[in-house]
Amino acid sequence: MDGLDALKGKYLEGISGAGDEAALEELRVAALGKKGEISLKMRELGQMDPAVRQAAGQALNLLKDEIDAALRAKKSALADAALDERLKSEWLDVTLPGRPRRQGTIHPVSQVTEEVTAIFADMGFAVAEGPQIESDWYNFDALNIAPEHPARQEHDTFFMHRDPGDNRPPHVLRTHTSPVQIRAMQTLGAPIRVIAPGRVYRMDMDQTHAPMFHQIEGLAIDRDISMANLKWVLEEFCRAFFEVDDVELRFRASHFPFTEPSAEVDIRCSWDKGQLKIGEGDGWMEILGSGMVHPHVLRSAGVDPDEWQGFAFGMGIDRLAMLKYGIPDLRAFFESDLRWLRHYGFASLDMPTVAGGLSR
Amino acid sequence: MKFTLSWLKDHLETEATLDEILYALTDLGLEVEAVEDRAARLSAFTLAKVLHAEQHPDADKLRVCRVMTDEGEKQIVCGAPNAREGITVVLCKPGDYVPGIDVTLGVGKIRGVESHGMMASERELELSDEHDGIIELPSGEVGERFVDWLAQNRPGAVDPMIYIKITPNRPDALGVRGLARDLAARGLGTLKPLDIQPVKGEFDSPISVTLADDVKDKACPHFVGRYIRGAKNGPSPLWLQERLKAIGLRPISALVDITNLFTFDLNRPLHVFDADKVHGSITVRQAREGESLLALDGKTYDLGPGITVIADDQAPEGLGGVMGGEVSGVSEDTVNVFVEAAYFDPIITATTGRRLKINSDARYRFERGIDPAFTRDGMELATKVILDLCGGEPSAIVEAGAPVDTTRTYRYDAKKVVSLVGMNIAEGDQRATLEALGFTLKGDMATPPSWRPDILGEADLVEEVARIASLTKLEGKPMRRTKPGVPKPILTPMQVREKAARRTLAALGYNECVTYSFIDGPSAAMFGGGDEATRLENPISSEMTHMRPDLLPGLLQAAARNQARGFMDLALFEVGPAFHGGEPGEQALMATGLLVGATAPRDPYGSRRMADLYDAKADAEAVLAALGAPQKVQISRKADAWWHPGRSGVMGLGPNVIATFGEVHPKVLKAMDVKGPAVAFTIRVEAVPFPKSKTTTRAALGRSDLQAVERDFAFVVDKGVEALALVNAAQGADKALIESVAVFDQFTGEKAEAQMGAGKKSLAVSVRLQPRDKTLTDEEIEAVSAKIVEKVAKATGGVLRG
Repeated sequence: MDGLDALKGKYLEGISGAGDEAALEELRVAALGKKGEISLKMRELGQMDPAVRQAAGQALNLLKDEIDAALRAKKSALADAALDERLKSEWLDVTLPGRPRRQGTIHPVSQVTEEVTAIFADMGFAVAEGPQIESDWYNFDALNIAPEHPARQEHDTFFMHRDPGDNRPPHVLRTHTSPVQIRAMQTLGAPIRVIAPGRVYRMDMDQTHAPMFHQIEGLAIDRDISMANLKWVLEEFCRAFFEVDDVELRFRASHFPFTEPSAEVDIRCSWDKGQLKIGEGDGWMEILGSGMVHPHVLRSAGVDPDEWQGFAFGMGIDRLAMLKYGIPDLRAFFESDLRWLRHYGFASLDMPTVAGGLSR
Repeated sequence: MKFTLSWLKDHLETEATLDEILYALTDLGLEVEAVEDRAARLSAFTLAKVLHAEQHPDADKLRVCRVMTDEGEKQIVCGAPNAREGITVVLCKPGDYVPGIDVTLGVGKIRGVESHGMMASERELELSDEHDGIIELPSGEVGERFVDWLAQNRPGAVDPMIYIKITPNRPDALGVRGLARDLAARGLGTLKPLDIQPVKGEFDSPISVTLADDVKDKACPHFVGRYIRGAKNGPSPLWLQERLKAIGLRPISALVDITNLFTFDLNRPLHVFDADKVHGSITVRQAREGESLLALDGKTYDLGPGITVIADDQAPEGLGGVMGGEVSGVSEDTVNVFVEAAYFDPIITATTGRRLKINSDARYRFERGIDPAFTRDGMELATKVILDLCGGEPSAIVEAGAPVDTTRTYRYDAKKVVSLVGMNIAEGDQRATLEALGFTLKGDMATPPSWRPDILGEADLVEEVARIASLTKLEGKPMRRTKPGVPKPILTPMQVREKAARRTLAALGYNECVTYSFIDGPSAAMFGGGDEATRLENPISSEMTHMRPDLLPGLLQAAARNQARGFMDLALFEVGPAFHGGEPGEQALMATGLLVGATAPRDPYGSRRMADLYDAKADAEAVLAALGAPQKVQISRKADAWWHPGRSGVMGLGPNVIATFGEVHPKVLKAMDVKGPAVAFTIRVEAVPFPKSKTTTRAALGRSDLQAVERDFAFVVDKGVEALALVNAAQGADKALIESVAVFDQFTGEKAEAQMGAGKKSLAVSVRLQPRDKTLTDEEIEAVSAKIVEKVAKATGGVLRG
């Protein structure tokens, strides 16, 4: 069949030069429409000699496909160009701020409590709790602090009101978390390993004191727990908590009515430009009080001191937070200043774990 | 407790250095708080010799001296009458700071004559009040440091002052001798023996002593007295004055200074009466109603039964164990004295001290417990010192009562020490330690010394051994896990829940606060508290008088403080206890969130709007979901008085209130100075039930492949109809088929009433039908729709909006 090359040349050129979809459609109708040039040629095939017809048919089909493909390709190219053009005009100022979203925070006291809990949980300590308004028996007597013991005066205790005629000794706001030792042993008996974090209260308010603060108590009672075990547990705790490879603790003999022997525990540290470094330097800083649980305390809680022995310790959660995170002022913990909460607070998903680390 | 190194060495024979002593004290539980280097302020001064002195040409009272110093010969003008050739003096050079006159010297010209420094008097160097002339030293070489000379010849003036903190269990350490005993037990030297020689009485005391029945069994069981006549009271000798000054006491007179010496040296408080001011004899008794005493501190105290007084025939002359009286106290003119050494009961002394609000060195010691067996010996030693310093003639001892017998024995078990401490201390060493501390050991029984009232059981023996052996040497030993393997979770479900509430609230954009558990009475009263049961008897301030009945007042106060600083948009929360009574356990765990101001700052997209009731509700629901609360809760309007009555709701499960949400009452906001509106919610964390099933397996997921159908309905209802009633009614039309009913529109207000009639509003709900076994036909859908309309009409009176 003649003239196919010319046809091909004409349409391919036309397609490539088409400026919009309408022009393309015109070309399609002219070539492939019912009365299009190629369609007409197709019709001619019927009158052909069968031998010729086969070759011509093939050539025509080939041409038809080629033009059809060219039309499609061009159509797609035109659509892309049009989209590009439209998108260019849809410019937005990407430097504008994102939609505001509130950022919540966790208070350092909660965060540090969870950190401490994670460490002691790994050493098998459960978490015990007790009331904050406490009877004087739990807060004092059971802990070997007799009514006239000078230590009782040194506790700066808050007393609850007593109605006239109610002759019980007034309840107190617990001055330490130690009464939870008694309650936990009464409930769980021995052996026992618990920590007890929570609010405690002392009548003291100045630059470095607040009338409420947080303590965490630790208690481990078994048949053969010694003060050497206590030291190891505290060393492990400090290493994990302060996230340093080495810590050095110093036990210093001291006195608490509820432990015997008693020791204040100092940690080796240095202060450099207000920055505390644990585990190095020549300084010692007192971080907690501890000792072997006094037989009187065990007996108060219904545990036989001839069979059981163990240690207890208590430390300040707020103080631990101040030391670890460089927070200067205790009283600010309870002032709820938004700037403070945001600056010293923690993200909701910063959950301390032994596996994932305590802090980011 | 303060003392000086030389004082300590009166009792302790030691070669130990100051640092070794300080380290040992702290390690023994006698924590060193401070060490004052008293030589430091004198360290610049050197010895010099006056070579020649002559009259100043222009001043009668001045002398021009040529002085040999370590820097050669210098000219110094001096006004002291004793400035003369040949004496050894203390030189202060230009540039030196002279403490007693608070001046840094320069080269000066005095009446036209140059002066290169000064020669100091005792007062100028704060050594004593002596200022009649310059210091003349009996020995010393030119150029020698004055502090070195003092250390050699007058150590009491310069040796270091040590300040230690004494724990309340160690009254014996309130005397220097007790400290020396501990150090000796530690191996830092040997305790020098105390030479107690009875002093022979020359006559019988004209003053007799009686212990009244109301004190002799407990308050004052033992009294030892002695009359000394013809004593001369004046300033005490230099060594004694220096000793007292070093520990911050003002020397007064020999007799008073001696009592102070015995208090701090041997923990044996004494009292000295001017015998001529005592009327008749002495009786120790309880004070009577209406009696009073002018005490040595110059204040008059009202006394009464329960207070132990030392009285003469007329009136109380002293408070037993606490303070002496002014009237019968000694003065410069005193010649006859009556010395008192007695034992006063610790508890009664403490009670008296607290009742009268007197803090004295005597009270501090008696209430901790002095050595009851040392009363007579203390008197003998005191007599000797008084006779040495003041002269006089002693009477025979007057004694009433007898020492309290505190003898007691405890089982001592060397193995128990090793087991409790976890340190291998040989039994021989343990025994040596106890004996050095004054314990008597017989087999496996130990008797504590009379000066250790704190030793009350076997455990105390362990502590003594461990303390002396040094806990610093203790080495950590791993503590086994209770069970091998992966530990079980240790938090209780409630603890997990508390944490979930906290973390969820922070994730919702709230900032966690920790506010005080006590608030002011008016605020507490506004929130259902403020009663007597939750009142503190001794609050630290008027802002902290009552236990908080709710967390909201604390958060509102925090909001007000932040608003005052210019932060107007706030999202605060707290998780913690609120108190509904004053008994242990009358507290409940709450989680409270507070939204004040707008939900967002201004932005270009118009996100900012004021937080409203529905924000609070959504956040409360999110927290409840995190706590595992059931999804369906009842909502009532019976919120407490501090909520906006029309804009608050209570979420309940049966009779249990689990949460309240809504706007805070405007009157409350006004009273608490919060610029509103403010919305909040309070969740009663413990009231939310725990799921009954403990299994981790979830129910099978029922998913239908059949197409769900959504149909929207708009109803016209009375304004007061609650959406939940409508939703529940629609839901009830076909419980199997209707998967959910959601309110998607509300049309209220003037325009709505104009369209639909006065007092009307429109609520639009979307109902989702989920067929389970076959596709719904149009007829079925129509049938359900009709049922929904019917049910809603029945429940709410609503009609389909035309």
